Amino acid sequence: MAGAKEIKSKIGSINNTRKITSAMEKVAVSKMRRAQERVAQSRPYAEGMRKVIGNIANGNLEYRHPFLTERPVKNVGYIVISTDRGLCGGLNTNEFKRVALALKSWKEQGVNAKFAVIGNKASVFFRRFGGNVVAQQSGSGDTPRLADVIGSVRVMLNEYSEGRIDKLFIVYNNFINTMKQEPVIEQLLPLPKAELSARSHSWDYIYEPDPKVILDKLLERYVESQVYQGVVENAASEQAARMVAMKAATDNAGNLMDDLKLVYNKARQAAITQELSEIVAGAAAV
Amino acid sequence: MAMTVQLDVVSAEEKIFSGLVESIQVTGSEGELGILPGHIPLLTGIKPGMVRIVKQFGEEHLIYVAGGVLEVQPHTVTVLADVAVRAEDLDEQAALAAQKRATEVMQNAGADFNYAEAAAQLAEAIAQLRLIQKLRGKN
Repeated sequence: MAGAKEIKSKIGSINNTRKITSAMEKVAVSKMRRAQERVAQSRPYAEGMRKVIGNIANGNLEYRHPFLTERPVKNVGYIVISTDRGLCGGLNTNEFKRVALALKSWKEQGVNAKFAVIGNKASVFFRRFGGNVVAQQSGSGDTPRLADVIGSVRVMLNEYSEGRIDKLFIVYNNFINTMKQEPVIEQLLPLPKAELSARSHSWDYIYEPDPKVILDKLLERYVESQVYQGVVENAASEQAARMVAMKAATDNAGNLMDDLKLVYNKARQAAITQELSEIVAGAAAV
Repeated sequence: MAMTVQLDVVSAEEKIFSGLVESIQVTGSEGELGILPGHIPLLTGIKPGMVRIVKQFGEEHLIYVAGGVLEVQPHTVTVLADVAVRAEDLDEQAALAAQKRATEVMQNAGADFNYAEAAAQLAEAIAQLRLIQKLRGKN
């Protein structure tokens, strides 16, 4: 007979766990809402920038910026954005799988890869997986700032400008809805052609001081803002994934408790019955 | 009614201002600029400082920007503002710090437990402790 006391303490401990997971779920819900707002707020900037860069790229410029020109690929760079913490389902694992897959196909073509990682989980992954990590950033918390990504982006931009990588990608979890987050790999450099919608226009800007300086500045900001958007998008995905994972954990804990309660009651009843029959048997014997 | 132009002031982190304005005054990289509706297309860098705008119906408004880029078209003006004052050497410093962290994290391979996370937590705790000590010192 499993002691009723042991079962009771087990129920208690599961109940405590359930309290924690349900609290984490509620926290994730409110954090997710804020993260989504942040995603929405960072959009106008990227849109405005894309418009301006499109205009310049289509203008009659003799100057071709290296960020806009394709070159043969010998090395590639990846900026991998992950979460700092766990307990968010398969979010990071799915993302890293995508990276590993992409890497395999590059390797088959004889292309080497370099990584800039943002978030603890990615650092841990690449330490185990191996790979040339050139920049690391973590601990942005729930309110990521643009300043947090400047360092890692700068390292990658330098690598690109100096010809040590020929393509730059960003990997993050795209927030589709609360139930669905999808890891995506997007090309940052050279700027994909589709980004720069070909709009026919007969005018051009007046540039102060000159197009080259402004274009340099704009493109750097543009890449930074894209990475920042990836970070906030990933943060929203993290909270959504955590919310779902914690909800499942809470439900499971509830089921487990129900089952254990049944076992407990049975054990209690059996104990009473046994005691009764012992008393009756004792009385009969006298 | 005075002529107006649509102005958007946006940074990577948030939308700072959006609305109709009568005029805009800003410090461009080449000097002071005053922009009225119908200005020809112009693209220029801007220096950290105040952007003075006169909203529709004459209300004045000041916005601080930490640099960025100004785009002017006849009917729309966009300020792509930076979130903080940027300097070349500061950016380089951030880059070096990121590189250093990468080598640190990778060199600590082999340890069974999660070194990166532990180190991050330790650093956070130390920072908090320092803050507390500072606060105590003040009182």
